[in-house]
Amino acid sequence: MIPTSRRRLAVLHLVVASLLIGLGVRLWFVQVMSGTAYASQAKQEQTENVIVPSVRGDILDDTGSPMIDNRSALVVSVNMSQLEQQKDGGAAVLHRLAPLLKMTYQQLTNETRFCTAKVHQPCWQGSPYQPIPVAQNVSDQIALQVMESQSQFPGVTAQVQPVINYEQPIGTDSAQTLGYLQPITPQEMKQRGLPETGFSGVDLVGQSGLEAQYDQQLRGTIGDKTVSINAAGQVTGTVRQVDAKPGDDLVTSINATVQKDTQNALSKAIHQTQSEGNSGATSGAAIVMTTTGRIVAMASYPTYNPSVWSGGISDKEFSQLFGTKDSEPVLNRATQGEYSPGSTWKVTSTAAAVAAGYSLNGEYNCPASVSIDGHTFTNDGEPSQGAMSLDEALVQSCDTVFYNLAYDTWLKDRRSADDVTSPSTPIQQMQKMELGWGFGKDTGIDLPEESYGTVPTREWLYYFWKDNAHTGQNWCKYGKQHGSYIQQIEWDDCQSGNIWTPGQSVIAAIGQGYVEVTPLQLANAYAALANGGTLYSPRVGEALLSPNGKVVQKITPPVTGHLPVAKSTLAYIRTALRGVVTSGTAAGTFAGFPLNKVCVAGKTGTAEAYGAKSTSVFASFAPCNNPKYVVLMMIPNSGFGADVSGPAVKQIWDGIYGLQGSKAALPGGRIPALPHINQQGQIVQSAGSGGKNR
Amino acid sequence: MSSIRGSSGLRGRGPVGRGGAGAYGRLAPVPPQGRRWNGRPGSATSMPRSLLQRAMARSSPLRHLDWSLLATVLALSLVGTLLVWSATRGSDPRTYFVKQLVNIVIGLAIMVGATMLDYRRLRLYAPVLYGLSLLGLIAVLTPLGTPVNGSNSWITLPAGNQIEPSEFGKIAIILMAARFLSEMRLANGRPRMRAIGMAAAFAIVPVVLVAKEPDLGVAIIMMLTLIGLVALSGIRLVWLASLLGAGVLTVVTVLQLHLLKAYQLGRLTAFAHPAADPQGTGYSAAQAKIAIGSGGIFGQGLFHGQLIAGNFVPEQHTDFIFAVAGEELGFVGAAVIIVLLAVLFLRALRIAARAEDQFGMLVASGIAIWFAAQSFINIGMTVGIMPVTGLPLPFVSYGGSAMFADMMAVGILQAVHRHHTVFSP
Repeated sequence: MIPTSRRRLAVLHLVVASLLIGLGVRLWFVQVMSGTAYASQAKQEQTENVIVPSVRGDILDDTGSPMIDNRSALVVSVNMSQLEQQKDGGAAVLHRLAPLLKMTYQQLTNETRFCTAKVHQPCWQGSPYQPIPVAQNVSDQIALQVMESQSQFPGVTAQVQPVINYEQPIGTDSAQTLGYLQPITPQEMKQRGLPETGFSGVDLVGQSGLEAQYDQQLRGTIGDKTVSINAAGQVTGTVRQVDAKPGDDLVTSINATVQKDTQNALSKAIHQTQSEGNSGATSGAAIVMTTTGRIVAMASYPTYNPSVWSGGISDKEFSQLFGTKDSEPVLNRATQGEYSPGSTWKVTSTAAAVAAGYSLNGEYNCPASVSIDGHTFTNDGEPSQGAMSLDEALVQSCDTVFYNLAYDTWLKDRRSADDVTSPSTPIQQMQKMELGWGFGKDTGIDLPEESYGTVPTREWLYYFWKDNAHTGQNWCKYGKQHGSYIQQIEWDDCQSGNIWTPGQSVIAAIGQGYVEVTPLQLANAYAALANGGTLYSPRVGEALLSPNGKVVQKITPPVTGHLPVAKSTLAYIRTALRGVVTSGTAAGTFAGFPLNKVCVAGKTGTAEAYGAKSTSVFASFAPCNNPKYVVLMMIPNSGFGADVSGPAVKQIWDGIYGLQGSKAALPGGRIPALPHINQQGQIVQSAGSGGKNR
Repeated sequence: MSSIRGSSGLRGRGPVGRGGAGAYGRLAPVPPQGRRWNGRPGSATSMPRSLLQRAMARSSPLRHLDWSLLATVLALSLVGTLLVWSATRGSDPRTYFVKQLVNIVIGLAIMVGATMLDYRRLRLYAPVLYGLSLLGLIAVLTPLGTPVNGSNSWITLPAGNQIEPSEFGKIAIILMAARFLSEMRLANGRPRMRAIGMAAAFAIVPVVLVAKEPDLGVAIIMMLTLIGLVALSGIRLVWLASLLGAGVLTVVTVLQLHLLKAYQLGRLTAFAHPAADPQGTGYSAAQAKIAIGSGGIFGQGLFHGQLIAGNFVPEQHTDFIFAVAGEELGFVGAAVIIVLLAVLFLRALRIAARAEDQFGMLVASGIAIWFAAQSFINIGMTVGIMPVTGLPLPFVSYGGSAMFADMMAVGILQAVHRHHTVFSP
């Protein structure tokens, strides 16, 4: 070998050796130095985290019948954003899928196209990135076929998903109370402090009503599964699994039959008054509750069928639900409606007068009208009725008696504070009493939407006056000294809106003027009156049951206070309200009602409103001696309390006690209790329950 | 060899006869010298012996084998077979394993055959092998060729087996180049320019054919081997540099003048930039790197690689077999394979260094360059330092033709070794 070759062979040795060393170093770097990084990358690649949805708990009525039935079903979904990446826009896949789902290709494409201004139902309302459910409750076989031949069905998934079923009719009768579920937004997720992994962007969360209030308990805990996959994306095994924990069931004190009766009675009353020419009567609310704070029925008009929420709500349905044109059926007027209580308010005024030193046994003059502070206040057109007891004043609902009482109290009530220049001025005696009955603040019911109502105190007046320019009222801008009635009031308010005038005090005493209450507040106040003075925070929920039937949590309405009224005064008022039904303003309404079987006591309310019909109110409780239930109805813009709400309330009492031949919903005034649960964790229907048996 | 040191007198026994300037000038093939070194005097005339006796005799080829080379090759093949088994356990647990064992057995038979040859006769056989390879390479470009992974590299034989002529083309090029470079020499031992021209001309034909399949990986190996052989043959560095320079210039000119069509250029750039095609070659490279990296120091254990089980690495039983080793055997196992390969290269280079003549040296070196370059490119692409080319890892990857060619090359190495100078260091 020539020396050159030998030298170059030596160089080749070196080259080969250095290449090998280079490989070794590189290998050290890849495997030892960055091994962990690559290992985690590998883990990420060969495993997939799958969220196992938890089955949402049911919402049950007091007999254990479901109002909302959540099942899990195999749902076939199509991810259009994935399909559209294919050459033919996924047409071939949909052509293969349609016969499998026993649909025509046309039906399937209709389901999966996106709704636009020109494309109307059937179409998909949701996000284009959200898998579109095209078939629910498919068989295991079809699901397997879809999942096992992913090359045939890319972008098509079959998964266990919760399906919400609103039981007819109970579920649909309680739309606002039950609330609804909607896909959660990332902002809400953060707000609720939910783990980000738990929500894929298509998860439903309770957005109102019980669904929102008890969302966490109903939701359960999602499961988390890590599956190993191969390069083709096929699942090859389970690496780790945390089972989903189904949500708890919520047993409510809502009684299906009473709820149905109440909703029917409310709707019927409104339709009736509409047919009599009160076209403005478009809304109302009714409540049946126990005197211990449990809600037995809660109706709001107009109502809607909550099934519209299932599977994506259409724009049209959405604007109907939330639009003012249809009076926003989504509102729960029982807790959100703010109406003048009218004469039902006089129970608080009576209590306030007694607290101010007026005798229960005194005589009070009931003239046709009284003149106070230059204004004339009439007894709703009634002639003078002479002197009467307080009892009679309630029975006959004499306004002038209460005007005088209010004016007298106003005269003694720290007049110097009436020129309200600061929010911390003392509250007047009468309004203090009203606050003591739970008005002017939320009751704390287990529903997320609740209005506060208005008790016009000096403090309230200060803010009302101070903010009038900003809240759109702007008295000083619109008011005219010699303009229309409204303009004159506005001009007055601009000049002296901060001054607590005797007129305001007088009109507030009969539940008008600025006084506003929610039906729930009024019902709750009457419950306290009926039960001897204990004020509860009402509850719809009765208990949370685990999926195996164990009581996780009993829900009892908490006591929030006691009426600042002597027991004897309350008893006096209760007796008076009994007279309202037998011989007073509601006597005509209850004519023929078997009061000997069930003694109902109540109070009518007819709150006048300028430029509209009166708000018809009827608040009642029964039995008179040992009241168990309160039934209340408020229908604004309709007419007299005794004419519109009264008969409807009577009808509800009929249903509860089964007086007119129908089966009693709550025989003998049975108080809702937890349904009986057997050892298997199944709810046993209680005998004689009014609930729908399944 | 001894003569190179210029002290033939000190070592002047045996084959030193070919030493001296005269030998370099010979144009004719060296005639076979028969049993040039047959042990003790008179043994050739001894009486007939048993097979065992003959096998153990000093003249027996067995006594002149490079046993460590053989052991290394067997070890690599064994490890390779296990890795192939592991790589294919998901789809077809036994077929590939058994087939690879058969490949090894056939390969060993070919190796024994090559070992038994007098390597100097290879000068005569070289044109035959070259011609056959050329025919095969032309055949794959005709409808006889079966495309695999986009390359028309295969001919399907009637029995259903496939053969890859380019694997044998590598040996043919080595033999032809070694022949020209060792025969056509100047008085100073350096090859004549004509020899280089002939070697290049004969090599360029299969290179072009292979590149046309297209199998750029094999073409590159062929070119590297040729350049290595020319360099080793003793050409002046100036000439070597100018030749390489001219080659580079030609390539640049071709590119500059847009003589290549767009798709040809695209193919070339895709080959150079795997990241430009993340779904194709880039994906494979990334997956291989992740698999190797996740092996860590000790690996996940043979048959326990998760990515391998999920078939995440494409071609994991052939071109990306090293990824299996990386993930399942870890750094330790992968390093063992590299060490085995190192032993293979160094034994081949040692055989080259001790070869009896320039031809033997060049043949052995060519094989060493081939194995080393191919191994480096193959492992390099799995660890992300080389572009992805369809090259198998010698002895380790699954494949018949490659195994046969590799084994044949080892047999040739053994043949060269048999004739080495016993007294060489």
